[in-house]
Amino acid sequence: MRKILLACLIAILALTFGTVSAQEAGNVLIMARAADATGLDPHTQTAFASFRLLELIYEPLVNLDADLNVVPALAESWEFSDDAMTVTLHLREGVTFHNGAEFTAEDVVASFERILDEATAAAARANYLSIETMDTPDDYTVVFNLSAPDVPLLAALATTNAAIVDSADIESGDVATVANGTGPFKLDNWTPDQTTMLTANADWWGDGPFVDGIEVRIIPDETSILAALRAGTIDFALLNDPLVATLLIDDPTVVLNRTEAINYHVLQLRSVVAPLDQLEVRQAISCAIDRQEVLDTASLGEGTVTGPLTMAAFALPVDELECYTKDLDRARELMAEAGMEDGFTLNVIAATGEPPTAVSEAQSIQAQLAEINITVEIETMELNVYVDRWLAGDFDAAIALNGGRPDPYTMYARYWQSTGNLNVVAGYSDATLDQLMSQGREETDPEARYEIFAEFQRHLAEQAPWVWLYVGYNYSAQQPYVTGFVPTPTSSLLSLAQVTLDR
Amino acid sequence: MLRYLLQRAIAFIPTLIGVSILIFGAIRAVPGDAITAMLGTEAGMLTETQRASLEAYFGIDKPPVEQYFNWIGGVVRGDLGLSMRFGQPVLDVILSRYPVTLQLAFMAMVIALVIGIPLGILSAVRHNSIFDLLGRLLALLGLAMPTFLLGTLIIFVLSVYFRILPNSGDFVSFAEDPLRNLSQMIFPAFTLGFAFSAAVMRTTRSAMLEVMGQDYIQTARSKGLLERMVIRRHALRNALIPLVTIIGVEMGYLLGGTVIIEEIFSLPGIGRLVFNAISQRDYALVQGIALFVAFNFVLINLLADLVYSAIDPRISYANKA
Repeated sequence: MRKILLACLIAILALTFGTVSAQEAGNVLIMARAADATGLDPHTQTAFASFRLLELIYEPLVNLDADLNVVPALAESWEFSDDAMTVTLHLREGVTFHNGAEFTAEDVVASFERILDEATAAAARANYLSIETMDTPDDYTVVFNLSAPDVPLLAALATTNAAIVDSADIESGDVATVANGTGPFKLDNWTPDQTTMLTANADWWGDGPFVDGIEVRIIPDETSILAALRAGTIDFALLNDPLVATLLIDDPTVVLNRTEAINYHVLQLRSVVAPLDQLEVRQAISCAIDRQEVLDTASLGEGTVTGPLTMAAFALPVDELECYTKDLDRARELMAEAGMEDGFTLNVIAATGEPPTAVSEAQSIQAQLAEINITVEIETMELNVYVDRWLAGDFDAAIALNGGRPDPYTMYARYWQSTGNLNVVAGYSDATLDQLMSQGREETDPEARYEIFAEFQRHLAEQAPWVWLYVGYNYSAQQPYVTGFVPTPTSSLLSLAQVTLDR
Repeated sequence: MLRYLLQRAIAFIPTLIGVSILIFGAIRAVPGDAITAMLGTEAGMLTETQRASLEAYFGIDKPPVEQYFNWIGGVVRGDLGLSMRFGQPVLDVILSRYPVTLQLAFMAMVIALVIGIPLGILSAVRHNSIFDLLGRLLALLGLAMPTFLLGTLIIFVLSVYFRILPNSGDFVSFAEDPLRNLSQMIFPAFTLGFAFSAAVMRTTRSAMLEVMGQDYIQTARSKGLLERMVIRRHALRNALIPLVTIIGVEMGYLLGGTVIIEEIFSLPGIGRLVFNAISQRDYALVQGIALFVAFNFVLINLLADLVYSAIDPRISYANKA
């Protein structure tokens, strides 16, 4: 009995002295998130979790601001030639890599040669294939000579996948391990799935950082992240699950940031599979689904119903799109026209937990499609299994959360060009889409481009190869004393460089 | 005795070979590979050449049989391979996480025994009393309540009402800071231990009840021994055998890591390691952990067998050929 008492005493003592609150951490921002980066090579990583770390360490030539405009980063200015066949980029002078080496045009050329080299297996390579040759008239000018007009190229450069790395690291083959970038923070120490220590780069060209460093902690369970925020043991957190994040809405002690994402939730249909090959059937499905209801049931209404394009500069109002108002009569008529009034069974695949709302979305669609006699069978599976079947096009319909891009061409060339790498997955192509896509790539006049992509959206909504549902929110949360963070649609953390702590 | 140990050790080998083949096949049988795990749907943007170069990088370009023999050849020499994710030898990664799991298992076991054994004895001795009823109720609760619920409740109460959370992703080892380490471990250990204490309590109770009905207990009582001595020396000792069995099995499981508890309480143990390794298709790491855990399991079982003979001298391995 005495031993038990002793054990209890130790536990109580430990509790009293054992907890360290974020407040004692000085000028280091303590940040928590559920998933860790999967690697350090900026060119081959594609996981969102990897970008959220690497974008603090590495920089691309250009960045996107909160309104998705292209803004200077390592390139201070740029211009397209009139025929859109060359892009000239003027580089920032006096920038150094974390190892002290100076950043010059040579690093830009070496980085893009690495990305374009198939042996690197850079995932974004397909976006830069129009770069035929590169010239460096001087140390701070780079000219990309293109094989075809490629206006979307500029926005496509604004990604960590096109980050500029030190040419010396490429030569020595150390890119994947050194984490030697030009960004506002330097990588001090990375213990995968536990903690990452970043220190401020005092030589950074930009404004900031105003903290001494960032300690990134991996807390795999999002409700535990919530608990840590409430207990005040962390300063800042990234959240994915709307069901968890919304618990903070009325919490007076924690600030919740919500921004509309450009990633979209979608019901992908494969038009090559019967009876989805009939336009009327696809349109019936589109007309029978109340997208707001899917959003409300799956995501507590946290988001906005969307059409094919999600970036504000191009998105059409959804009431201009076909079937965006639920119309059961019309849906039933369409089913009858297709000879399908008795319905059919539709198999829908969904990944568990990716996104967290996937299964709920499928269930809402299941309930709604039952009204036009379509029996939805939901098949849930682990993410990797899902990805495997998705890539092989081995499904009739899929619930997906697909990544959005600031430029419509870069966003959809992979799906809606008949030559696109993922056209098989999309399961639909037609001459109109091909034509609109190539026009959109070449057109330099912004207004004309807007019209091209407005037509593109109307055409997609009418053909209904997919049923676009909604865009959700990106969530982050912080203690009230954290100021200066600007959430963006791409969920970039770059503005952590401007954050100040006033504990 | 030594001969017995040697025989058991040799008997391990086919078990471990079986485990190695099973896990090697199983992890490759599930769809997806390291490339889809890393790139997700972006893997669809890779060209043939890009894909081939990645397969070579991940070491999955050779036929599976060749991969297996390469791997097992290394294992025999004590080399479990390289973890793709960590870029470190698999054994180093496992050993860096193992102390957490070991400590958690040990603390949970102590808590389970401290709660379970006295309650079990009390329940048996005061059979059908109010203590028995309460004890059995607690046991039922422990068995029925999933650990993720109890764990989440504990975290909720701590953070919302007490505004503390001992471990917010900043785990420290016992060697670094014993007090903080204990404060971080006590709640997950309690969560696990509480669930297991139910099993301990019930086993103790039924074993005690059985023993208490034996003739030698009557004899002990009739020769005038104090009831306390009867229980401690005659009843409990004989009731311990089934307890040691379930402790052995449970310990084997606990040492394999407890994914849910480690996730909820953000402990960097074996459970989270294997969970992430599987979802990232880090083949070498998954295989290494499976072998390591299997080895642990057989070792614990052997240990339990040895404890039997210590508790009950009638069980002896010395003479068995």
